[in-house]
Amino acid sequence: MPYRSHYSDHSYQASIFKFRAIVAAIICLLMLAGLLFRLAWLQIVDYKHFADLSENNRIRLMELPPTRGLIYDRNGVVLAENKPTFHLEITPEQVDDMDATLEGLSEIVAISESEMERFKEQLRVRRSFQRISLRTRLNEDEVARLAVNRHRFPGMDINARLSRFYPQGEAMAHAVGYVGRINQKELTVIDEGNYRGTTHIGKTGMEKYYEAELHGQVGRQKVEVNAQGRVLRVIDKVAPVAGNDLTLNLDIELQQMAEQALGDFAGSVIAIEPHSGAVVVFVSKPGFDPNLFVHGISHKNYNALSHGVYKPLFNRALFGQYPPGSTFKPFIALAGIEQRRFGVKESLYCRGHYLLPDDDTERKYRDWKKEGHGTVDLSKAIEQSCDVYFYELAYRMGIDSMHDFLAQFGFGEKTGIDLLGERRGLLPSTDWKKKKKGIVWYPGETLIAGIGQGYMLTTPVQLAVATAALASRGEKIVPRLLKEVHVSTDDTIRSREPSKTMIKLRRDSHWDVMFKAMQKVVHGTWGTARATGWGMKFKMAGKTGTAQVFGIAQDEEYDEETVAKKLRDHGLFIGFGPADDPVLAVAVVAENGEHGSKMAPIARDLIKRYMEKYSALSSNKKVSSGLSENELHTAHSDH
Amino acid sequence: MLSTSTQFFESDYQSRTSRFLTYLHIDPVLLTGLLLLMAAGLGILYSASDGSIELVQRQVIRLSIAFAVMFFVAQIPQHTLYLWAPWFFAFGIILLILVLVAGDVGKGAQRWLNLYVIRFQPSEMMKLVTPMMLAWYLCEKPFPPKVIPLIISLVLVVLPTMLIARQPDLGTSLLVAAAGFFVVFFGGIRWRILFGSIFTMLALIPVLWQFMHDYQKQRVLTLFDPESDPLGSGYHIIQSMIAIGSGGIYGKGWLNGTQSQLDFIPERTTDFIFAVFAEEFGIMGAIVLLSLYAFIIIRGLYIAATAQDSFGRLLAGSLSMTFFVYLFVNVGMVSGILPVVGVPLPLVSYGGTSMVTLMAGFGMLMSISSNRRLIAK
Repeated sequence: MPYRSHYSDHSYQASIFKFRAIVAAIICLLMLAGLLFRLAWLQIVDYKHFADLSENNRIRLMELPPTRGLIYDRNGVVLAENKPTFHLEITPEQVDDMDATLEGLSEIVAISESEMERFKEQLRVRRSFQRISLRTRLNEDEVARLAVNRHRFPGMDINARLSRFYPQGEAMAHAVGYVGRINQKELTVIDEGNYRGTTHIGKTGMEKYYEAELHGQVGRQKVEVNAQGRVLRVIDKVAPVAGNDLTLNLDIELQQMAEQALGDFAGSVIAIEPHSGAVVVFVSKPGFDPNLFVHGISHKNYNALSHGVYKPLFNRALFGQYPPGSTFKPFIALAGIEQRRFGVKESLYCRGHYLLPDDDTERKYRDWKKEGHGTVDLSKAIEQSCDVYFYELAYRMGIDSMHDFLAQFGFGEKTGIDLLGERRGLLPSTDWKKKKKGIVWYPGETLIAGIGQGYMLTTPVQLAVATAALASRGEKIVPRLLKEVHVSTDDTIRSREPSKTMIKLRRDSHWDVMFKAMQKVVHGTWGTARATGWGMKFKMAGKTGTAQVFGIAQDEEYDEETVAKKLRDHGLFIGFGPADDPVLAVAVVAENGEHGSKMAPIARDLIKRYMEKYSALSSNKKVSSGLSENELHTAHSDH
Repeated sequence: MLSTSTQFFESDYQSRTSRFLTYLHIDPVLLTGLLLLMAAGLGILYSASDGSIELVQRQVIRLSIAFAVMFFVAQIPQHTLYLWAPWFFAFGIILLILVLVAGDVGKGAQRWLNLYVIRFQPSEMMKLVTPMMLAWYLCEKPFPPKVIPLIISLVLVVLPTMLIARQPDLGTSLLVAAAGFFVVFFGGIRWRILFGSIFTMLALIPVLWQFMHDYQKQRVLTLFDPESDPLGSGYHIIQSMIAIGSGGIYGKGWLNGTQSQLDFIPERTTDFIFAVFAEEFGIMGAIVLLSLYAFIIIRGLYIAATAQDSFGRLLAGSLSMTFFVYLFVNVGMVSGILPVVGVPLPLVSYGGTSMVTLMAGFGMLMSISSNRRLIAK
């Protein structure tokens, strides 16, 4: 025996040991059973819970943003498109030496300090297999240079992404608007589910108004990811539905014509088809480059645009409120004869000024023509824009009946154009003055209102809609920029019927009276826009207007030369043509444009060009309508 | 009771193969259990490593080395182990002190001793040497052990345990302490002293808490509320529990565990490999695997019970129970009932050092087993 233990002690010890070995074995088995119990708890009792957790771990839903719908002009010219822009991106896990790579890349393309800083920040917080953008919007040269050097920089990618692009630049900025990054305020309004993965949203213009059409439906894909979040495979996919394409009523050619014709003036030109309400031209000048906003505009640029001399971001057509001046006269004249305050043939004598009856102050209300127009009837009053005639007319009507008649043409009300933020303008009444100013209406103010001055304010769009209502003999339409929607899901075209309210006159012949008078403005011997009418191949009806920017004191001479440009009168013109069957109604407002007669050629040229482009269509229409008339006729005679 | 199991375990002793194994000091029953476990382990490892043949090959090489070590240790007569025990123990303690003074730092802890030829962890060696030393000490003392030998035994256990805990390596120090404890348990410590000291230990837990590192405290806290820190220290436990729970009754199938294959289970080839197994084979697989372990442990205890002398009994009993502790701590930690301590799933987890130690331990069991038979004949 190697050990010094006693034999009896030894056997006692052995039996004790055996007992303890059995105890140990039992404890082992019990504890293993305990482990199994724990496993059963996890795997059987809580199985559903853990199975869900494991699925949540592995499956991730990813949003696929839809492609934004395109915007075309009425002839299919692209106004807003999605263009691939190229970005320099780096996948950190594939880069061997980050510092050398960054240094090398900055020798090839310009990388600003802020871009570099942002990249390094992203490098810290993002996972190493996620691509990080280093430079956005590379130009073609830079793309080419990077492509040539690609082999030197493993982990570098040039990635193309779609971003909004406005090929027409300034010309369409105010009508089409622009998109920009979604901001906090918009996040609270939009349907978040549908905007997952979308970065941009319409901010102004059509882009904003038709956001719902343009955006489309977000797609979703179910992917399997690993613990690092890397996508391993796509399990299930619902493709995004692209946004609907919009075709506008605008004609880019006419739009550019109008813009150029305004020259250096800030202002607005609106042209509307009188029967359909289709807005063919929508110019607010100056414009701006909408592309600046897509990727976030710099503070410097933004300040220049919003606070510059002419505030290019200001949409004059929609927000600009101007005294309509003499362009108001046709509407007031109509009011006069409709309300029997003045006969169509009735005339008065213009001495160059007007004195308010029963007024002790002897205040002279001046005509623009100091020596006076002599004997003036309605036709002559419109043709030569005689103020005295309208002072008298206004005096006879009073402001409230004027208000009621003019309201039918949409003055003082929103036109309902498919753009947001439209202003109402101002059509004053005694009620209005009492409510807003708390004082009574003075009779003198009625006279001023009679020549479209004083409190009177209209937006260019309102003026154009009223002109169109005149041109269509009482069809007051809701102007529409949108012609039709191309629905991407079923490839169909959706359009809206023109929406209009009718203005009923006591006598239909009153329209003809006004048409003739307005025709004389352009074509008459003494017409205020007669210079425009020379050599015209068609007849245009119109009215010039000059709105005072500041008041001229009694007996003070107005000298265009000495008045600073900012203080010069606004020049306005409304017109439609051809006079026998108007196809286009135009309103022009030129800030500090001095006189409306200078603006008449803009309207003439627009109508002319419109007729050249679309008269073939209208003559076709005539032929077909003629045929149907014949058929009707024969059917009738058979009877 | 024991005779029937003896017949069961030794019924095929007459075959030529078993005679050959007896000649090689190999216990055929234990060998069968170990081989089955290792085969299962390689299968799990293949799945846990994303089908990496290379990793499995390296594990096969390690297993071969570990087998060679087991075979070699099995040839050492039990008496030689008895004679070497105090020397090994003294040597081990010196190495542990050296590690603390001049050890290499790896993964934030000083565990490695660089011997210029090989780097190795003296703490691993202590898993075997500590029970050897205690068995050596206690087998000569009067039975049942009196107070003084028990105090000396306590010192013999606490000394290496504290040195290893200082590295810090909580998992290994726990296993060393367990190995020592089981020698004392099998050595016949009186039940009342045993329970008395267990209660004292429980009472001392708050004191122990003061000496724990922050990260160790964090692990214990995480155990009680893994969701308190789901992305930090709780992440391991949560993901592991999700893997096990989502395995259900029959599992997701070999190579089909999503938690495993998509990297959600941390350390899934090493400490958390059981989660991979439970996810892919469900509770049915877990029952089979744990039964296999139970088979090996019971066989070890059987060898201990039939050993011819006190030293062999104590050492074999302690080694078998240490193997059980390995298993229990690992599965307990992976399934979220024990704190995360670095204890691998024995013979299945990827990694070399602990495997060699474990197989050296089984070599000792076989040496003790063959000593029994030699004496019986």
